[in-house]
Amino acid sequence: MPIPETITSNNISVISIKDLCKSFGSNVVLKGFKMNLYKGENLVVLGKSGSGKSVLIKCIIGLLQADTGSIDVMGNDVAQLSTEDLDKLRVKVGFLFQSNALYDSMTVRENLLFPLRRHWLKNEKNNENELITEALTNVGLPDTANLMPAELSGGMRKRIALARTLILKPEIILYDEPTTGLDPITGREISNLMLDIQKKYNTSSIIISHDINCVKLVSNRIVMLIDGACYATGTYEELKASSDQKVKQFFI
Amino acid sequence: MFRNILIEIGLVWRFTMRFFREVFRPRFEFYEFVRQCFYIGNKSIPLVAVTAFIMGLVITIQSRPTLVEFGAQAWLPKMVSVSLIREIAPVITALICAGKIGSGIGAELGSMKVMEQIDAMDVSGTNPYKFLVVTRVMATTLMIPLLAIFADAISLYGAYLGANIRGVVSWNLFWNQVFDTIVFGDFLPSFIKTFFFGFVIGMIGCYQGFNSNKGTEGVGQSANSAVVTSSLLVFLIDLLAVQITDLMNLN
Repeated sequence: MPIPETITSNNISVISIKDLCKSFGSNVVLKGFKMNLYKGENLVVLGKSGSGKSVLIKCIIGLLQADTGSIDVMGNDVAQLSTEDLDKLRVKVGFLFQSNALYDSMTVRENLLFPLRRHWLKNEKNNENELITEALTNVGLPDTANLMPAELSGGMRKRIALARTLILKPEIILYDEPTTGLDPITGREISNLMLDIQKKYNTSSIIISHDINCVKLVSNRIVMLIDGACYATGTYEELKASSDQKVKQFFI
Repeated sequence: MFRNILIEIGLVWRFTMRFFREVFRPRFEFYEFVRQCFYIGNKSIPLVAVTAFIMGLVITIQSRPTLVEFGAQAWLPKMVSVSLIREIAPVITALICAGKIGSGIGAELGSMKVMEQIDAMDVSGTNPYKFLVVTRVMATTLMIPLLAIFADAISLYGAYLGANIRGVVSWNLFWNQVFDTIVFGDFLPSFIKTFFFGFVIGMIGCYQGFNSNKGTEGVGQSANSAVVTSSLLVFLIDLLAVQITDLMNLN
């Protein structure tokens, strides 16, 4: 039985999704999905592989177009935005890719500079070095600026990708399976880093994951994506205590 | 199958038309364009030089016996230079570049697509088509003609050495005969067609990479298709160019 949505204390919605539908040919991935992300919270979207979690956040950032429904990000209807306005919105919304998506041909420093220079933050141009140092220090890798991505371990690459996301100081961060492919210790470090970022910058985050340890550590609230729709929402403890088998299977 | 080919042609056409829409619109990725020119032009020089030199040498050595049979060995520099300038050097350069550059672009963009780096660019507020495709296509379009001119020169030097293996042709005599023979009608059409060769090599490489299917197998297929398709198109453009120059009485 679906669990009622938990209302957070501040109750200011920064992302609001209504009746979202997305299909690829005959494969219906999202069927009337609804969700709100409130300011300052870490919201985990939990679901099986192939359930449409990554599709959901790619629709939020405008990498994929939804078939129907609406996605409102900080008062902007994503589907209605022009390319320029979408770029402006993307400054405020960071995206951490599952594969890190670091540019192989660039050093760590160039990877971090790339989004900065793209957005023509001219007033920031003089303190590029400070911004890079700050971003790298935030993720605990201050001495890696001149290394190539190939010289980094999986966990370090994830941290650098996070630093690249943070350098534009986004208000919302979308994490696509941030701990996938990492050992439990490194996964825990990344989870702690996500919590630190939330506290330090007061970011709101959507975290796609099926790593239950990460979910337990970072989530303020969980949305369960089952059969293309929001099946249940609640805190980790609320959902863990649920008697619904579909919900329970994730916590065994 | 025929329908699929038509669909593919339609997609390539749309991809190509987007180039003409994006190329004149700011923001211009000048730094990336220069970087690509360096990679495509400068780094292809050794391969083009070796191939062109061997082609010049071999064509001369192979042609000599036939000309000797007709007592026309004095025509060797003339005949070889026309063959090299008009056809062999530009086409060989284009084919070498299709193999080296086309496959490189296809594989690079294919793996960027698979590793979500193209999406990451999009999210960073960069137009990936402009940054990746426009710069590379511009670079191949400008660099391959320059490489072809370089190949012309090197292959003629190879021909000079080839002419001197079994005979004696002085440096001055060889080059006088070459420059007396070659006219703008020989050089200009072959130079112009290399721009089209470059455009096609860059565009097909980018198209295959940009539309790579997910997975490492897709990256390999992109690189492979880039080489096969662009090599085929190089021959088709060459055929078309010969017909046009023939109509213009330049042959």
